[in-house]
Amino acid sequence: MNRKTFLNGLMSGAALAVAGLPALAQDTIKIGEINHYKRMAAFAEPYKQGIELAVGQINDAGGVLGKPLEFIFRDDQGDPGEAIKIAEELMTRDGAVMLTGSILSNVGLAIASLAAEKKYIYLASEPLADAVVWENGNDYTFRLRSSTYMQAAMLAEEAAKTDAVKFATIAPNYAYGKDAVAAFKKTLTALKPEVEFVTEQWPALFKIDAGAEVQALERAKPDAIYNVTFGTDLAKLVREGGTRGVFEGRTVLGLLSGEPEYLDPLGDEAPEGWIVTGYPWYDFPEGANLDFVNAYKAAYDDYPRLGSIVGYMTAQSIATVIAKAGSTETEEIRAAFADLNVDTPMGTITYRALDHQSTMGAFVGKTAIKDGAGVMVDWTYKDGADYLPSDDEVRAMRPQSN
Amino acid sequence: MGLVLAQILTGLANASALFMVASGLSLIFGVTRVVNFAHGSFYMLGAYIGVTLMDVLPGSVGFWGAILLTGVIVGLIGVIVEICVLRPVYRAPELFQLVATFGVILVIQDLVLMIWGAEDRLGPRAPGLRGIVRIMGEPVPQYDLALIAMTPFVAFALWYLITRTRVGVLVRAATQDREMVGALGVNQAWLFTGVFFLGCALAGLGGAVQLPKGGADLLMDFNILASVFVVVVIGGMGSLPGAYLAAVLISVLNVFGVTYLPQSTLVLMFVVMVAVLMVRPYGLLGREEIAGEHGQVGEPERPIRPAGPRARMLVVAGLALLALVPVFGSSFASVLITDILIFCLFAASLHFLLGLGGLVSFGHAAFFGGGAYVAALLVTYADTPMELALVLAPLGAGLSAVIIGWVCLRLTGVYFAMLTLACAQLLWSLVFQWGDVTGGDDGLVDIWPSDWANSPSVYFYLTLVITVGGMLLLRQAAHAPFGYALRAARDSTRQAEATGIDTKRVQWVAFAFAGAMAGVAGGLFVFSKGSIFPNELDIARSFDALIVVFLGGVKTLSGGIVGGAFLEGIKDYLTRFEYWRLALGLMIIAVVILAPDGIVGSLRKLTDRMGLTRMEDER
Repeated sequence: MNRKTFLNGLMSGAALAVAGLPALAQDTIKIGEINHYKRMAAFAEPYKQGIELAVGQINDAGGVLGKPLEFIFRDDQGDPGEAIKIAEELMTRDGAVMLTGSILSNVGLAIASLAAEKKYIYLASEPLADAVVWENGNDYTFRLRSSTYMQAAMLAEEAAKTDAVKFATIAPNYAYGKDAVAAFKKTLTALKPEVEFVTEQWPALFKIDAGAEVQALERAKPDAIYNVTFGTDLAKLVREGGTRGVFEGRTVLGLLSGEPEYLDPLGDEAPEGWIVTGYPWYDFPEGANLDFVNAYKAAYDDYPRLGSIVGYMTAQSIATVIAKAGSTETEEIRAAFADLNVDTPMGTITYRALDHQSTMGAFVGKTAIKDGAGVMVDWTYKDGADYLPSDDEVRAMRPQSN
Repeated sequence: MGLVLAQILTGLANASALFMVASGLSLIFGVTRVVNFAHGSFYMLGAYIGVTLMDVLPGSVGFWGAILLTGVIVGLIGVIVEICVLRPVYRAPELFQLVATFGVILVIQDLVLMIWGAEDRLGPRAPGLRGIVRIMGEPVPQYDLALIAMTPFVAFALWYLITRTRVGVLVRAATQDREMVGALGVNQAWLFTGVFFLGCALAGLGGAVQLPKGGADLLMDFNILASVFVVVVIGGMGSLPGAYLAAVLISVLNVFGVTYLPQSTLVLMFVVMVAVLMVRPYGLLGREEIAGEHGQVGEPERPIRPAGPRARMLVVAGLALLALVPVFGSSFASVLITDILIFCLFAASLHFLLGLGGLVSFGHAAFFGGGAYVAALLVTYADTPMELALVLAPLGAGLSAVIIGWVCLRLTGVYFAMLTLACAQLLWSLVFQWGDVTGGDDGLVDIWPSDWANSPSVYFYLTLVITVGGMLLLRQAAHAPFGYALRAARDSTRQAEATGIDTKRVQWVAFAFAGAMAGVAGGLFVFSKGSIFPNELDIARSFDALIVVFLGGVKTLSGGIVGGAFLEGIKDYLTRFEYWRLALGLMIIAVVILAPDGIVGSLRKLTDRMGLTRMEDER
């Protein structure tokens, strides 16, 4: 009896797997999009809407290679193992021609490894870890967003312009935080050798003990604080730091802190005068950036977040590369990615053949409060191409491809 | 000096929300014996409801009123959950309620997302308490002082309720002896409901009082769960003063940890927990469990026996069918069934411990992830070929099971479960924070099978042979004298020892064996995914296995396997829909209520009733 039911269980599992088979319609170009729609809903939803906006525009204009573009959205629960399974399914069963997605770097790295092994194209849209294109770079993985290194280098450039000499850092204790601190230290020390790092704080991601962290920062008496925390950790740090006055009279640099995703939940308590990277959607005077913002507002009755523009540019990149390849074959797409130029709201970006990193940049500015909400002021757009290590350094970091 | 004092105050302030949530959990456990996994969800609900009420109610009266009102509302939600979900399953086998509360977590997660949306909510500042007080020159937020003052008040009120009122007497009596309280004519059902109300209200209060120091977000439920369990266990399950002491201890230590060991904040908490339990196995203020309370409740288990010829033939036929999957199915079918098989072996190994040994391990992922990490580290640092790594993975996992088993088997019942959880979390936090070796959160990647095994269908066959072999081995062990000794130790330690069985040693060997088999699954897993990350070691993975075993049926040999196949299959299907967590949660709850013996147990009863299997059993 036991074995019989064991069998029933296995069979029903198998039957379920087969029953879900969708009819394979070959009249669209399918893209497999894997993300953490539930676990990181606040970031994934605007991103998805950005993709859908671009796809709508592309298909209205006749699609790609005469066919409509279609994204298949799947939720991986933020679990890399699950993402790998879904990636296989999208490629082998759903007929996706390539993969994209992920916000978390570890999921991005897992899919990148799968892509190299199985020869699937993967465009890492959001995951920021430098390893995706450098230490663990491979022939089949490409990355859209400016990496941790690039954004940290942009802030280091601004930090070098200040009088601050003694720096304290606070970053979540995992790969993204560590990369962000290492890159900042490296680039800042190169620009200003006399700087000194007086303390490093490493709260566990989303488990910050903000009061204790603020006390530890204050104890080191730094001139400047380099802050890599985000999300709820950032909110708690801002709250405790503000109450205890740790930011007063100090230069504060915040990686990603200017993104609407992180700034908006703070409301009128958003920090003022921090040097940050972010996305000032409310402040574009004209041009492609404003067009995107207006189109997005019209489509969703909501303003875009940084995730929205990343989603939009992801879909644009994919449409462009397939059009250039003239085919949906993996090797053709891969070849077409070499020094591919894509026209985006942020200008023309290039997917470098050297390391498959796009030159998408970031907006750097200062935070301020306007009408009870945090905004970026005095911002400029920095081209990502200017903030990468030299080609030789990149070659040394990246495994040599064939 | 000033800084040290300020740090202690920060720790005390942090302890307050933690204490409220933990005391609620402790209370519920003490009386109803329900390990409420969903307790973090009530904390999250408290934060969301609190922040909403504070938006509506004005001023400082509104602020404090909102906190109290939140407690009441969350308590009432707890009552609904208790009546609808837990009451029908109190009579089910021990710890089965755990699965039900897991379903509740999933349902609440999606409902909160539906109602409040995805964006994080920052809590408002407390009116009149926005500033700081300088104590020996150090800034201390006024609200911190309020929290420090508030906690002993709550603790005192609870203490008064429990020790000085008639309700409290009944509650304490129920903690000691449920049947006797029932026999004395007390309506146990409502007593349980009342305790659940209070416990959930406390969780809700905890969520609301921390708002001025944080806010509400969708990850709160799981984020607090580990700390709350740590506090409850260190304090002693069911002990309110213990919970307070432990909350303070953990919080204050953490504050100093942040300053002096900034990279090891996660490890610290679990080291403290393991250390405390080594010295005081029942927690700081806990009492030894009353023997027999967690024995096998419900109807007696039927004897296990080798499967009859009909069942054997069915299994062979089923395996033959499975073997045809790569030939006729899609390449993805091979990948999916490979996943399911690996998970089934993992679940079966836990089931061996849990069903046959009566050893409820809450940290079984330590061996699954442990085996996977052994293989991954070998490949990464020693270029070990897949074949050798697959052999060494179970050895590594088994070895760690020997050590963890030695530590944990000194305890029994829920304390054993909690200590296994602590050990697993310790391992997880080590892997997570020792980034130089393990890659930390970035994991270890590019660990693919040898060339010959690289296609999905070949790897499928490899997995099929190894996992089915492993499951048969587990089954064989159950039928061997070793299995009988293990069950004897579970059912009656004293009698087993009287017949000359060294029960501790038998359990220890079983623990190591189950760990090694989980390691086999872990080794297969890492090569099927090409990568490994710390989340394969964390609480959620341990819970997955537990849920599957309970869902399948603890008192049946195939429970783990059937549950594993069922849940993985359903999940694969449901995750395609937008509100899949809601659907999955409701489905788990439905299974729990409709089939309180697990899927296999209930199916067996059904077939018995229809007269299908009785004949087979009797012949």
